[in-house]
Amino acid sequence: MQIYLPIAEVSVNAFTLIGLGGLVGLMSGLFGVGGGFLITPLLFFIGIPPAIAVATGANQVVASSVSGVLAHVKRKSVDFRMGGVLLAGGLVGSWLGVWVFTLLQRVGQVDLVVQLCYVVFLGLIGAMMLQESIRALRRSNAPGYRRRLHQHNWVHRWPLKIKFRASGLYISAFPPLLVGVAVGVLAAIMGVGGGFIMVPAMIYLLGMPTKVVVGTSLFQITFVTAFTTLMHAVSYNTVDIMLAVLLIVGGVVGAQFGTTLGAKLRAEQLRILLALLVLAVCGKLALDLFLTPDDFYVIQPGIG
Amino acid sequence: MRGRIAGLLLLVLACTASAQSPVPPIEATPTADPPPAETVVAGLSSDSVAITASFDGSDILIYGAIKRETPIPPGPPLQVIVTVEAPSRGVTVWRKERKAGIWVNAESVRIGAAPGFYAVATSAALDDILLPEWDSRYRISLSHAMRAFAGQIAVESAVPFTEALIRIREDQGLYRLDEGSVSLIDQTLFRADVNLPANLVEGAYKTRIFLLRDGQVIDVFVAPINVRKVGLERWLYRLAFDQPFLYGLMSLAVAVFAGWGASAAFMKLRRP
Repeated sequence: MQIYLPIAEVSVNAFTLIGLGGLVGLMSGLFGVGGGFLITPLLFFIGIPPAIAVATGANQVVASSVSGVLAHVKRKSVDFRMGGVLLAGGLVGSWLGVWVFTLLQRVGQVDLVVQLCYVVFLGLIGAMMLQESIRALRRSNAPGYRRRLHQHNWVHRWPLKIKFRASGLYISAFPPLLVGVAVGVLAAIMGVGGGFIMVPAMIYLLGMPTKVVVGTSLFQITFVTAFTTLMHAVSYNTVDIMLAVLLIVGGVVGAQFGTTLGAKLRAEQLRILLALLVLAVCGKLALDLFLTPDDFYVIQPGIG
Repeated sequence: MRGRIAGLLLLVLACTASAQSPVPPIEATPTADPPPAETVVAGLSSDSVAITASFDGSDILIYGAIKRETPIPPGPPLQVIVTVEAPSRGVTVWRKERKAGIWVNAESVRIGAAPGFYAVATSAALDDILLPEWDSRYRISLSHAMRAFAGQIAVESAVPFTEALIRIREDQGLYRLDEGSVSLIDQTLFRADVNLPANLVEGAYKTRIFLLRDGQVIDVFVAPINVRKVGLERWLYRLAFDQPFLYGLMSLAVAVFAGWGASAAFMKLRRP
């Protein structure tokens, strides 16, 4: 069934979109990530203009993270104070990111920067996760090891300290604020929630306990992506609600199946799978940058 | 729309009898000599295309007849060219170059106006029936589809860029040359089917019908096709541009409601 998207002005198969949303939802339920880093490149691939893919991708992430954060609020695994500080940074970052996005579009380098961001971040995170989860897998087989609560590093010596009770932390507000800004910028440029960057940053940089990390990051992502969606909609009219609805329908159903499936697998195995998936997406995008393209010419609407 | 194809002859006869098509020709005949011996009378199967949510392309039938007061002149036979073009928009064509190992957009040419869709249907091979000077005068072939470079051209030659634009759009089915697809009967009746692709943009499309003899254009007929979004498509599009804040909030509401609804529904399913 073909459906004409009113804003993107392209006609695509509705079932392809629902399937795409479902696949990404399955991943997000399985691994606890928003799935924005998968949906945006996939939308490019089926011919949705990049600007619309990025803005609509953000809208889709709102749906999947709302669904996730509700579950975490019920389990009391959200640090609202930390989430608030991250959010304050995130809103500033998102505003900056949408501005950078326009600038890049004007100089014609938006595709390159988005692709480079994906390659660099997915590569780094994928490698880190793979290394960490393989180590964890080995460790769980060797008994007698006890992990320290968290390590103190340079981050803990900054001023303006705040007590984050749910995380059991007493640290400066600046590191979470900066993490929030960085993730907000990426959210706006890449059309992602940034969970795959924020989760490692919260664990390794801020030293937050793992049990509150996913809920808190989802809490922050919900608001930052909502803000990003609104910014894109108001400044560039690039949110396609028809496209979003189809993706969301597939996504929310997929996410629930993913959660059920995830409960049956071991955490370390899951993380290795996610790391491999992240590296695969990264590899595909990197090849596109380094291999000689089929066509040296690219058409971009508008004369900027 | 299709049903009318069967009644083509009837329609054409009706058209010639009344000699009044819905849209009068707006361009005068090119030759300055006494009134042209042969003129086009034509009609379209529809003069508007509605883009609905399930829009999947559309076929436009362009039919007509040649009206003449005198017998068919001797010499090379009459030929017909039909063009359909979308409104023009500005585009930028980038050329990729390898810099520091990766491929980046390096040079660009900005083209002020290029139609988003351009189809040329002819009754015979285009080069055989149209002389180059008449081609450039009426901008008929694909290479004439785009106009006006915008701003200064910073590259050595813009030709590879414009060629690339035509080539890419041809590959996407947006620019088409269908030679021999206009059927012409007895140098009097003609019809052409033009398929409009699913990826249409809104606007006033233009159909042109050229009558040719000996490589020269002897008559032109122009008719508009109005392509517009209707119903839900129109409503959403207008809302997104007229009330962007409200539209953004609506998109968010849909997302939040769907996210909440799904988790609530599945929770109920699990614990009945």
